[in-house]
Amino acid sequence: MTTADFAAFSNNAVMFASIVYVLAFVAHVTEWATGRAVTVTEVTEVAEPEAALVGGSPSPAQAAPRPVDEDHEERVDKWGRIGLALTVVAVLLHGAALVTRGLGADPIRVPWGNMYEFTLAGSFGVGLMYLLLGRRYHLRWMGLPVTAFEVVVLMLAGLLLYVPAGPLVPALHSYWLVIHVAAAVVASGAFAVGAIAAVLFLVKDRAGRRGSLRPGGYLDRLPELNALDRLSYRLHAFGFPIWTFAALVAGPIWAEYAWGRYWNWDPKEVWAFITWVVYAAYLHARATAGWRGKAAAVIALVGFATLLFNFVGINFFFGGGSLHSYAG
Amino acid sequence: MTSTQTDPVAGAGGAAPNPTPPSQPPALAPLELARWTWRQLTSMRTALVLLFLLALAAVPGSVVPQRDIDQVAVADWERDHPTLARVYDALGLFSVYDSVWFSAIYILLMVSLVGCVVPRLRIYWRGMRARPPRAPRNLGRLPESRRWVVDAPPDAVLQEAAGVLRKRRYRVDSDLAGDGAVAAERGYLREAGNLLFHASVLLVLVAFAFGQLYGYKGGVITVVGQGFSNALSQYDDFSPGSLFAPDDLSPLSFTVEDFDVSFLTSGPNMGQPEDFSAKVRYAAEPGDEPQDYDLKVNHPLTLDGVNVFLVGHGYAPVVTVRDGNGDVAYEGPVTFLPQDASFASFGVLKVPDAAPDQLGFEGLFLPTYGFTMARGPFSQFPDDLDPVLSLVPYRGDLGLDEGSPQSVYQLDKDDLRTFKSTDASRGSAARLKLSPGDTVELPDGAGSITFDRVDRWVKLQVSDTPGKGLALLGVLLGILGLMGSLFIRPRRAWVRASADPEDGRRTVVELAGLDRSSGGDLAGEIDELERQLRSDQEDS
Ligand code: HEM
Repeated sequence: MTTADFAAFSNNAVMFASIVYVLAFVAHVTEWATGRAVTVTEVTEVAEPEAALVGGSPSPAQAAPRPVDEDHEERVDKWGRIGLALTVVAVLLHGAALVTRGLGADPIRVPWGNMYEFTLAGSFGVGLMYLLLGRRYHLRWMGLPVTAFEVVVLMLAGLLLYVPAGPLVPALHSYWLVIHVAAAVVASGAFAVGAIAAVLFLVKDRAGRRGSLRPGGYLDRLPELNALDRLSYRLHAFGFPIWTFAALVAGPIWAEYAWGRYWNWDPKEVWAFITWVVYAAYLHARATAGWRGKAAAVIALVGFATLLFNFVGINFFFGGGSLHSYAG
Repeated sequence: MTSTQTDPVAGAGGAAPNPTPPSQPPALAPLELARWTWRQLTSMRTALVLLFLLALAAVPGSVVPQRDIDQVAVADWERDHPTLARVYDALGLFSVYDSVWFSAIYILLMVSLVGCVVPRLRIYWRGMRARPPRAPRNLGRLPESRRWVVDAPPDAVLQEAAGVLRKRRYRVDSDLAGDGAVAAERGYLREAGNLLFHASVLLVLVAFAFGQLYGYKGGVITVVGQGFSNALSQYDDFSPGSLFAPDDLSPLSFTVEDFDVSFLTSGPNMGQPEDFSAKVRYAAEPGDEPQDYDLKVNHPLTLDGVNVFLVGHGYAPVVTVRDGNGDVAYEGPVTFLPQDASFASFGVLKVPDAAPDQLGFEGLFLPTYGFTMARGPFSQFPDDLDPVLSLVPYRGDLGLDEGSPQSVYQLDKDDLRTFKSTDASRGSAARLKLSPGDTVELPDGAGSITFDRVDRWVKLQVSDTPGKGLALLGVLLGILGLMGSLFIRPRRAWVRASADPEDGRRTVVELAGLDRSSGGDLAGEIDELERQLRSDQEDS
């Protein structure tokens, strides 16, 4: 294949990935819709599947017998499995798009030289982390928000940010850039998945408090609150050292080579630091009585907001003012 | 994690050493008050608030231009908002990261950190040497417990249990007598990791502050062929740390021998620089044998911790100016600053030695000349394929004797006049267009200018940030500590063996565990322990 072939393949792969994400999303919607339609026919005591999966003990509320139709449960599960399988396909396509994007430039290079590629790489990180961490933490119930996120982000990337493949500006030639961005992408992916857990925690908490948890509905079928809180902590704990490495080791080393100062208080650096501090605060909050749970979840989301702002906001609002700006 | 807060002795769970500080200051003796203040400052909640303040305080520096980073941007901002600029300046908003309030926050954080780490070190030291706590009376009430019956006698069971637990890296209380139970604990390194992490944060802060205070960064524009020696007067811009002394400059010198740049000539990113590099001959100290080095982006020259970087490049047309008397009044390169990616560059030439009138020139250098009626002259491509100088000449008084310093990139036009254009359709002021080799006479016999050739200049940045090795070491140790702190699971396990009340010849084995951090898979661990114990017991 020629360079141009790779570039064209990349564009097609992004499109196919988007389509498969849409299908995965539909499968997950069907999964939850089927779940809600469970009819109250039989009363059997079945262990709460999600709670068992995340390794938590069932909460009193969920240990209570719930009307379950086994056929229906099977159908729900089948749709969930279809959704997951489709997501695997989509993430593979997404990864292929990223790789060929790099091969589609002459000379070959890492595929993160501009906002389009950055968005492609970042959303790939989210999908990848969802699948990898999902194996360990059983995150299939997160398929709905994750696939929705991917669909929206890839669409925005294609519509608003697309630029044809081309070489990097010389300041970006460095393997430290590869390490720096790869680590940042992985950490952001973990934080994104963690943020989803935090959002679901808050929403479920609120619904539970207002008594509007519909039996069998999406929220009801999520892991219980404690498990969500703990899961969110573990996801963030996974991402935090990687982020520390990306933002405070690989980034400064690259800056030292590229600009002669390992830390320049450049807007991008400032916001990476802010993100780091907020997530450090989150970890502290979880260890402080009275902050665990809701307050901690809010802090985690503030952290994610600063991450997003760094990713999107800096490039758009600060433009050329930042040495890190790839927007042009 | 809740469980650890009532159990500070072993210290492995990482709870705050000061659970809940009293919220009211006691109206007591100064010593009491000081103690109360100290407890407040070193509480986890204060650490949390300080962390937030630090994040918040860092924000303005990303919004308002910073002196240390871009003095030109600050100057522009001050010109556009004169009143607000004074307020901002008073608040330190143009140099947030060495402002009083920013420093106050991180110094408080450091104090809080010390106050937090030191007592925990003591607690940890005691905890390290403590024996695992004895088995609770009722193991069945712990979060995870198992119970089964075997044939082996209790002593043998306990002996084996101790072996299994040791193999799984538990610290086991070897005093088996009396209690009829084995107590074990593991994960002591979690707290060690946490302490290492916090100590590393301190180390990084100190190393970073050191670099900021004693370091410097300067920029020099050097025309290819010319030299540089490391002295304050040689810099075009220079930003030293507050404790930097000019004597600290290392006696480095170099000559820029050659410069290469290539631009993409096709494709959607046409005109983007593909690569550039400068050949320099340097000497670390006067008298040293000069060495050659290829400076590239991401490939700096490092001497004794001082880094020399290639950060930019541009054109320096070489011109000769003769004055009205026919004498050579200027001969040499003129630095033009690129305005955009096409390297259309703006520059100024001042010729104070010209007589009878001083001469000045201002205009554009276009590396690859293009012209349309709509745009006027412009550059089609950043490489010097068809270079053209397009200058407006002035005569009169350059204003250089007035004492106030002038930028070399600006003409003070108060006492300067243009020449009258010969072609009124192109404006009233005369404009000169020169290609290399051209000589153009100025009107009224005021002199002439010759465009000899095109040289290039490079912008070099020289910087020194002492303490960077220490800072890097600190962050790496910090990550190591962090991983220990986040992923090591402190956990306790007990095995009790007693005669079966129903069948005295058999032995009841009870196994139970307790996680001292959240998020661990305790059930899995206890299952695994049970499997190993049982298989061992079945073997024997
Ligand atoms: C620059 C300031 C600080 C930073 C960046 C920082 C960062 C962190 C991080 C990332 C953790 C997470 C480790 C974990 O969850 O196990 C942590 C834990 C902890 N920090 Fe800090 N910290 C700072 C200051 C302080 C201060 C001043 C105190 C004292 C009050 C403190 C006390 C603790 C404690 C007790 C833990 C253990 C929490 C646990 O493991 O559950 N930290 N810190």
